[in-house]
Amino acid sequence: MVDSKMVLTGQTIAYTIYCIVIILVVAWFAWKVTHKGTDKGVKPVLFYSFVGFLTVLGVSLHIITYNTIPWAKVDLNRSDYNPDKTFNITVKNHQFILPSEKMVINVNDKVLFDVKSEDLTYGFGLFRQDNSMLFQMQVVPGHRNDVIWEFDRPGVYSIRSTEYSGPEGVFMIVKDAVEVVSENAAK
Amino acid sequence: MSFYKTLIDGEEGLFKSETLTPMQKLTLRFVVVGLIYFGFVVIEGMLMRLYEVKPLPFITEPQFFAILTAHPLVGIFGSTYSIVCGAFLFLVPFLMKKPLWSIKLGNWTFILIAGGTFIFWFSGFVSHYAPLYTLYWPLPADFSQFSVWGGTFFIVGIAIVMVGTALFIINIFKTITFTPEGWEKQRTGALLSSALGITGFNNLFRKNKKEHLVPLPVAAVARGSVDMALNTITILFTGVLILVYMVGSILGFDLKETAIDALLYKNWFWWGLDLIADGLVLIFVAGTWYLLAMLITNKPLFMQNIARAALLVELVVSWTVWSHHLLSDQAQPGILKVVSGEMVTAFELISQGLAFFITLATLWSARPLKMTNPLKFLLGGLLGFALAVPAGIMQADVGLNRILHNTQWVVGPHVHVAILVGLTMTLYSAIYILFPILTNGAKMHSQKLVNIHFWCHLIGGIGMGAFMGMAGLNGMLRRSLYVNGEFNIYMILAAVSGTLILIGFLSFFYNVIMSVGLKGVLGIFTPAKIKTADLIPAK
Repeated sequence: MVDSKMVLTGQTIAYTIYCIVIILVVAWFAWKVTHKGTDKGVKPVLFYSFVGFLTVLGVSLHIITYNTIPWAKVDLNRSDYNPDKTFNITVKNHQFILPSEKMVINVNDKVLFDVKSEDLTYGFGLFRQDNSMLFQMQVVPGHRNDVIWEFDRPGVYSIRSTEYSGPEGVFMIVKDAVEVVSENAAK
Repeated sequence: MSFYKTLIDGEEGLFKSETLTPMQKLTLRFVVVGLIYFGFVVIEGMLMRLYEVKPLPFITEPQFFAILTAHPLVGIFGSTYSIVCGAFLFLVPFLMKKPLWSIKLGNWTFILIAGGTFIFWFSGFVSHYAPLYTLYWPLPADFSQFSVWGGTFFIVGIAIVMVGTALFIINIFKTITFTPEGWEKQRTGALLSSALGITGFNNLFRKNKKEHLVPLPVAAVARGSVDMALNTITILFTGVLILVYMVGSILGFDLKETAIDALLYKNWFWWGLDLIADGLVLIFVAGTWYLLAMLITNKPLFMQNIARAALLVELVVSWTVWSHHLLSDQAQPGILKVVSGEMVTAFELISQGLAFFITLATLWSARPLKMTNPLKFLLGGLLGFALAVPAGIMQADVGLNRILHNTQWVVGPHVHVAILVGLTMTLYSAIYILFPILTNGAKMHSQKLVNIHFWCHLIGGIGMGAFMGMAGLNGMLRRSLYVNGEFNIYMILAAVSGTLILIGFLSFFYNVIMSVGLKGVLGIFTPAKIKTADLIPAK
């Protein structure tokens, strides 16, 4: 599975290139609009082409991500998947109550995290050792909050609430709560 | 002129507040108060930036989160709403070539927005009330961390702002439709139809097209005001709802999650709140771009019928995009996530791209143009939205939202760049173009300071957004604290960018004071000596 870090790298590259291009376009326009030119005005065909381009771009972005980001399909069709492992987690009084001190997962396992809030709205996210995010979801009281994630490499992850729930929410961190191990290591 | 004389009397003594009409005074009051609140926001922003790098000894943690709560609200209501209401209460009658329906109501709008903002800001300052997630007021309401009384005053402040907003909306629609004394009877229904886009829509199916009775920028103000009205109702209703929870708490009943479904409420709230961010802001901004382009070039708008239709489409789109805020809510139906959250939201790329193109094409038709202050700030505003809208479209994606939601990416390249660079630079462009009209020909004190303002604001705004974005891509959450300096490098660079914005704002503020003089600033707040309904003094 493509790691979420790689998806973000792709996004960073694409957005950075776009930013540079649009800044240069506006700078070029600012220079040109203050100088004499030969043509009279903008032709409608250019306008309609631009609108067409935006339409294609707007629609294709989501089609591309749906077909390239591996968790997008899984996420929208969660009920069709059988997880290899399920962890039921409860959140109450700004604390995560975990099924065990350390949640151990085998590489390539599809894992279901089912998180329940007994008071406020919280967030649930897994973070790598370098503090970057693996994934997150909202935890809304009175509803089922579940996410399926396939772990394709060994690693140790911390849990952190990704939703503001007052100053106490800042400390909702469980260090190294999830460990992904290769199957041999697990044996 | 000596420094002291300029400080007191303004540049060359040209600004004389006693020559102002009541309408000019009203608009200038809005602008001055809006800028003072913008100063609040910049200072608060800088304090938070520094706190993110290293906790400051004079700010406690609860105080930090109280600042974080007040910061966007003061920015949106105290600053932006003030400047926008002031500008539109002047521009709508100006473009309709008739007086404002009620200056008295306009003054009440000013008092209520300025006063309400101060009340909620002050109650947050005193009680450290901070449960809001940006503008989102989560349910169940939490009273273990926050004072009920602080919350009550906070809600009263917000409600007062909303009442002021409601008066503004009434004034705008009445101004469009009323018949001034001595005028031939105005066709109220036809004017309203034109303002709301019904005439344009019906024209699609008519052989003999009806003319548009309302200028395009006025149509934008009217359509944005529809969203403003719906948003006002939503926020007022929510305020009452939270008050019910508070009264329950005072009386010893804990309503918790049993009273109202948290997800249903979340949908309702984001529907209403998105009418600001994805509704009136985009519609007002597009209308302002069109007006500025026409004023700068003195030419008609490129493709104006399409621009008019796009404003209507934008209005309808704004009612159907709220689900992009709930892409990480797993109980939210998938169909809403895909249709409302992704597909309809992507339409904003088209509508805002259209406005961007039409504005540039109108400017292009009049080249060579002089690089005036309104033009350079307008281009900055256009660039801001060109950067921020695609950033928003990217996070409004089921796949990407899983790793971007609630990170600094959302508030950096999207929110801060849209508001600081896109919206604020557009407002600055409007201020620079209206300045001589509203001050009866006063001159800006220093062009050098205008240039410092422009470059510091542009570079600072984009820089801040970029560094926050980088932190977000590396996992830094918004509305959180990292006490071990995990993201210090990005936060220091964002603070440096924020310092540039502060320098730009101080240059602008000093320049305005030196242009109109302290006597002139005080004179804006005294009653007008000229008793007229005219917008500007008769020659």
